[in-house]
Amino acid sequence: MHPIIAALKHHKTAVVLVALEIALTCAIVTNALFIIGDRVAGMHVVTGVADDELVWAMSSGLRENATPESVASLAAADMAALRAMPGVKSVAQVNTLPLARRHSWGTCLQLKPGEDKQDSLCTVRIYAGTPGALETMGVRLAQGRGFLPQDFQAWSLFDDKPPPPSVLVSRALAERAWPGQNPIGKPLYFGDKGKYVAHVVGVVDHLLNPDLEANGHGGWNMFIPVTAVAGGMYVMRVDPALRDAVSRDLPAVLDRVDDQRIVTGNEVYARTVADYFHDDRALIWLLLSVVGCLLALTALGVVGLSSFWVQQRTRQIGIRRAIGATRGDILRYFQAENFLIVSLGIAIGSLGAVGLNLWLMKRYELAHMPPAWLGAGALVLWALGQLAALGPALRAAAVPPVVATRSV
Amino acid sequence: MLGYYLDLALRSLKRNRALTALMVLAIALGIGASMTMLTVLRLMTADPLPGRSAQLYYPQIDPQGKDGFTADGDPPDQLDWIDAMNLLHARRGARQAAMVHGQVVVRPPQGEGRAFFASARYTSADFFAMFGVPFLHGNGWSADDDARRARVAVLSRGLADKLYGADRAVGQDLRLGKDTFRVIGVIDRWNPQPHFYDVSVGSYQDSEDVFLPLETAIGLKQSTYGSMSCWGNMPDDGDMTKSDCVWLQFWVRLDTPAQAKDYREFLVHYSEQQKALGRFQRPPNVRLRDVMGWLDYNHVVPGSVQLQTLLALGFLLVCLINTVALLLVKFLRRGGELSVRRALGASRRAVFVQLLTESGLVGLAGGALGLLLSLGGLWLLRQQPSEYAGLAHADVPMLLGTLALAITATLAAAVFPAWRACCLSPARLLKIQ
Repeated sequence: MHPIIAALKHHKTAVVLVALEIALTCAIVTNALFIIGDRVAGMHVVTGVADDELVWAMSSGLRENATPESVASLAAADMAALRAMPGVKSVAQVNTLPLARRHSWGTCLQLKPGEDKQDSLCTVRIYAGTPGALETMGVRLAQGRGFLPQDFQAWSLFDDKPPPPSVLVSRALAERAWPGQNPIGKPLYFGDKGKYVAHVVGVVDHLLNPDLEANGHGGWNMFIPVTAVAGGMYVMRVDPALRDAVSRDLPAVLDRVDDQRIVTGNEVYARTVADYFHDDRALIWLLLSVVGCLLALTALGVVGLSSFWVQQRTRQIGIRRAIGATRGDILRYFQAENFLIVSLGIAIGSLGAVGLNLWLMKRYELAHMPPAWLGAGALVLWALGQLAALGPALRAAAVPPVVATRSV
Repeated sequence: MLGYYLDLALRSLKRNRALTALMVLAIALGIGASMTMLTVLRLMTADPLPGRSAQLYYPQIDPQGKDGFTADGDPPDQLDWIDAMNLLHARRGARQAAMVHGQVVVRPPQGEGRAFFASARYTSADFFAMFGVPFLHGNGWSADDDARRARVAVLSRGLADKLYGADRAVGQDLRLGKDTFRVIGVIDRWNPQPHFYDVSVGSYQDSEDVFLPLETAIGLKQSTYGSMSCWGNMPDDGDMTKSDCVWLQFWVRLDTPAQAKDYREFLVHYSEQQKALGRFQRPPNVRLRDVMGWLDYNHVVPGSVQLQTLLALGFLLVCLINTVALLLVKFLRRGGELSVRRALGASRRAVFVQLLTESGLVGLAGGALGLLLSLGGLWLLRQQPSEYAGLAHADVPMLLGTLALAITATLAAAVFPAWRACCLSPARLLKIQ
């Protein structure tokens, strides 16, 4: 039997304890790293609009005798006042913005009219915007044309009436609906049994949904040209340097137009996007700090135990040096010993990590962990173990051969 | 004797400060993380109305159409208007109330300040007595007020203070949108957590600021808010009282298990009767859960909090294994010293107790530091914008629990190393020296 293993047999308890600690750390760290990687990937999104140049505001009118006409004229007055603010380049009304998580309209579209639901696409998110909305948001077209003045019509998802005839679809939706075909001019059917039709006039390069929950279809959406959006938001394209000032002064500007209102929301859009991922960021920081603490603890545990062994074996080390072992031999001995123990821990820990992942998948609907993460976790722990053992091993290598001749 | 053990323990701990600090820190980190999450979890799973919750029940019946029927499906989480009114007027419980969340536009009296939104609960008369809502001034309304759609309102202390001063609020006019109500009561501090009576608007919402009679508020078309689930057609005029939608919550107080059994039978009977009338399509499918059962059924504790608690406990476990390893090292290193004590006549038991005393001291120090860390952790959680952030605060059970957990955990971790150290043979160790 190899002398390292023979020596370890004399310290079964300590070996088992350290291997157990490493196994637990391995199981937790591997899963934590996997969750971190998953969240980081999920946070890395492109909205498809001019993130840094947008400010939005929502207001709720308090007048009791409001008519559609009075609401429309008030919206026009609001937009004129907002457009006059310093730093504001353009203003439009939309129902929502990517990742805004509010007023998200969703529907099922059919590719053919009739009862047959086979071809229906669910759930497609709908953006509705007034003239200038595309340009204000900074949405880029990949194909086809933008909206013409006559395309804009009075419509809302909640009205049972035909939509405006010309719509834009996102590239993701076009690829799903008509794979390999030119989407321009294709019909889309709305409403009960697909009784209303609209035609695609252009394709938006990329536009993210108002929320990312909808079955992972982060980009199935369409843009509909409307004349007004009831309960929608004003979106402003502004000079990035002035966006905070615009957001701050905006409620007072709207109040000067009509003070019978409540400004219910008003934010620099970049902050809206950042807030969307707040929980993910909090979780990532939490996991990172737990991983950091765990690794530090495990390392210190290894240092403590290795130091003890070095101290305990000082005489034996001296004897080995006296009969010809080099410093390198001693160093390699302790590093190899550590490698063995850590490998044992990793072997148990990997099983634990897979088990933990399976349990998390079942209980909390987490994703399946690709085996590569096990390798990543193992590498981290091997590196950690070698680094932690290095100090005590160097001390062991420095033991002079003369120690062999002393009693202690 | 304990004084002597403590003296020895302190000397020993001082001798190897780095190792002692390492053990204290490991325990503190593990204890700090787990107590933070355990405190949050305990407050999140707390009984919202201690002493009352066991008598409060949430009935569910199934008024939906044939479509999508499965034999083992759950009935909807809420009631439609007709059933809520029928159950309310049947008066089969000791007390009962139907309710829904709303949002009102509060116009401050006579042009003082701007109008603003306030959260509201539209409910029926028994709400206050059934849930034991404490009144600062005035009272709730009566069943008679419900029936004649009286325009009365009850305010939270906070809103009453803001609008009129809490002591002057009763009798004042309250303008909500286009309608005017008379304030008849001000509620003292009352904020059951979880927000058990309506989890559809969020499990840890604060209690509402404005309370209005349900039939009055719905009759005046004050806006409702919350989840709604529909199966049939919606009326074009938006009159929710005629829709095939469930959107109301209903609670009933039943004082004895026998009454609960009777009420369940009543629900089955009611469902059969409604089916005979042609309103219900499905066979009777009823549930009657008490408060804790209802919270459990709705999974009010977010998965992320459970996960974080498990993570913290796993972390604590690693910390403890680490402590076992370090204590083992520490005790075995002192084999010589312990052997001298054994040789001079100390019994194994005496050595064992002395080593445990030493570990207890480490646990105490770790617990104290862990307490500080968990106070910091709770503070951090309070800074988060999550809806349960307000629940993350320290209390006496948490303070005592932290120290108890730290000392127990450390002692448990010390038993094995101490036992190993006691079993060393003194003669052999002394000979080597």
